[in-house]
Amino acid sequence: MDIQFFIELFFGGLTRGSIYALIALGYTLVYGIIELINFAHGEVYMLGAFTALLVAGVLGIYGFPFGGILIVATLAAIVWCAAYGYTLEKVAYKPLRGAPRLSPLISAIGMSIFLQNYVLLAQTSDFVPFPNLLPEMPFLDSIEVLSPSNFLILLVSTLAMVALTVFIRHTRMGKAMRATAQNRKMALLLGINADKIISLTFIIGSSLAALGGVLIASHMQVINYNIGFLAGLKAFTAAVLGGIGSIPGAMVGGLVLGLAESFATGYFSGNYEDILAFGILILILIFRPDGILGKAKVQKV
Amino acid sequence: MLEMRHVDTFYGNIQALRDVSLEVNDGEIVTLIGANGAGKSTTLMTVCGINRPRHGEILWNSQPIHELAPHEIVALGISQVPEGRLIFPDLSVSENLDLGAFLRRDTQGIKDDLDYAFSLFPILAERRRQPGGTLSGGEQQMLAICRALMARPKLLLLDEPSLGLAPIIIQQIFSIIQRVNTNGTTVFLVEQNANQALRIAHRGYVMENGRIVMADSAQSLLQNDEVRSAYLGM
Repeated sequence: MDIQFFIELFFGGLTRGSIYALIALGYTLVYGIIELINFAHGEVYMLGAFTALLVAGVLGIYGFPFGGILIVATLAAIVWCAAYGYTLEKVAYKPLRGAPRLSPLISAIGMSIFLQNYVLLAQTSDFVPFPNLLPEMPFLDSIEVLSPSNFLILLVSTLAMVALTVFIRHTRMGKAMRATAQNRKMALLLGINADKIISLTFIIGSSLAALGGVLIASHMQVINYNIGFLAGLKAFTAAVLGGIGSIPGAMVGGLVLGLAESFATGYFSGNYEDILAFGILILILIFRPDGILGKAKVQKV
Repeated sequence: MLEMRHVDTFYGNIQALRDVSLEVNDGEIVTLIGANGAGKSTTLMTVCGINRPRHGEILWNSQPIHELAPHEIVALGISQVPEGRLIFPDLSVSENLDLGAFLRRDTQGIKDDLDYAFSLFPILAERRRQPGGTLSGGEQQMLAICRALMARPKLLLLDEPSLGLAPIIIQQIFSIIQRVNTNGTTVFLVEQNANQALRIAHRGYVMENGRIVMADSAQSLLQNDEVRSAYLGM
């Protein structure tokens, strides 16, 4: 076995997996709080990539340095997508809070179709090139298997996940989020404003998706109005694989799915990459619907 | 302090509270006794803003509060220990307690109250890092009471604190409730265990099918023949 090739696939898988993990966190956070699969989440990721593209384009005209452009464009994408996530919840889900569970799900799919077509009309149906904004990283030259964009994705997504974990575990708002996920009524009785927590959840999830969108766009260097569809479904698979509602689960699920896809592509054929991902989804749903780290819900009789 | 006037509460089309009027005065322990399903828990949830009254009003120091959001009601100084304790099972004992003080910003005061809570129930201090879900029923009840006290409430609402606990633990819980009251917190206690509740209360109300059917001093209710046969098993 060629060890060089193996390491390359491994890092490729990690890179891909950490993007899945970033998006999967949004699914899992929202599901944890309001038990809704936010099917419009992939679109937020796509909007992140487009926002960064537009901001980078404008800043590029004025001749900003590339590193600066990347940072400003990323921040703009995060803020813009957070606003989208917040509004999405207020417009599409909050009015359906007391409705049967199918209603917000349909609303989510509606929002997804709306956002895709809105970008299609406002931008274009063509693939658009995304500028290469990465600074030179000469220290990576000795490590052939790790490209600058791979390195950046691994670094930034690790930092984001560590920051999220610290926030959830150690801040009072993070504790309030976990409390609301475990028992909404009791959280209300302690004076926790559940509407605020739900908004916060959408803001955090959307920011992570935006970050993922910018990172993947600068890696692939090409974007399109429907990149959110497949990425969204893959990340959803990752969230279910790890155990929907579980934050470490989404991280593990993303990495496992990314590695599985990468190795399957390398050792078998790239044609079966999607089949593998969705095959995994079907198998988990049949044999272990609670996922790797999810807790089995015990039905009390 | 707290006054309910002609309150009707519904679940959909089912009426749970019928024309409920009662009051709790500063410094009292008031108990609401009644059978399972009489509407006792609904009364507390209506006070806290979880259920909305369809008619009638709820006053806090003469101000209407029945249209406020639950978190605004907590901010006024009303805390509830709900039926079934509702401990957050995956949060540690410390985290559960910390969330009790969610609306407070006075770090030193919170720390003092935490020490006070641990002095009331030393077992909780021993288990502070354990997930709440791993505690026994009695320990969870202690934790639930302390969590409510962490908000430093003026009025403490307790829903069936004795439910499912061993007699010795019940004794302990009731003596703590008395101690909390002596330290200045007004208590509104909902109980099926009428005997215990009336022994520590100043006044009591009896509820049947969503209506208040009797109101008197706890002493007289304990001696009332109807109460004795219906709720005290004598």
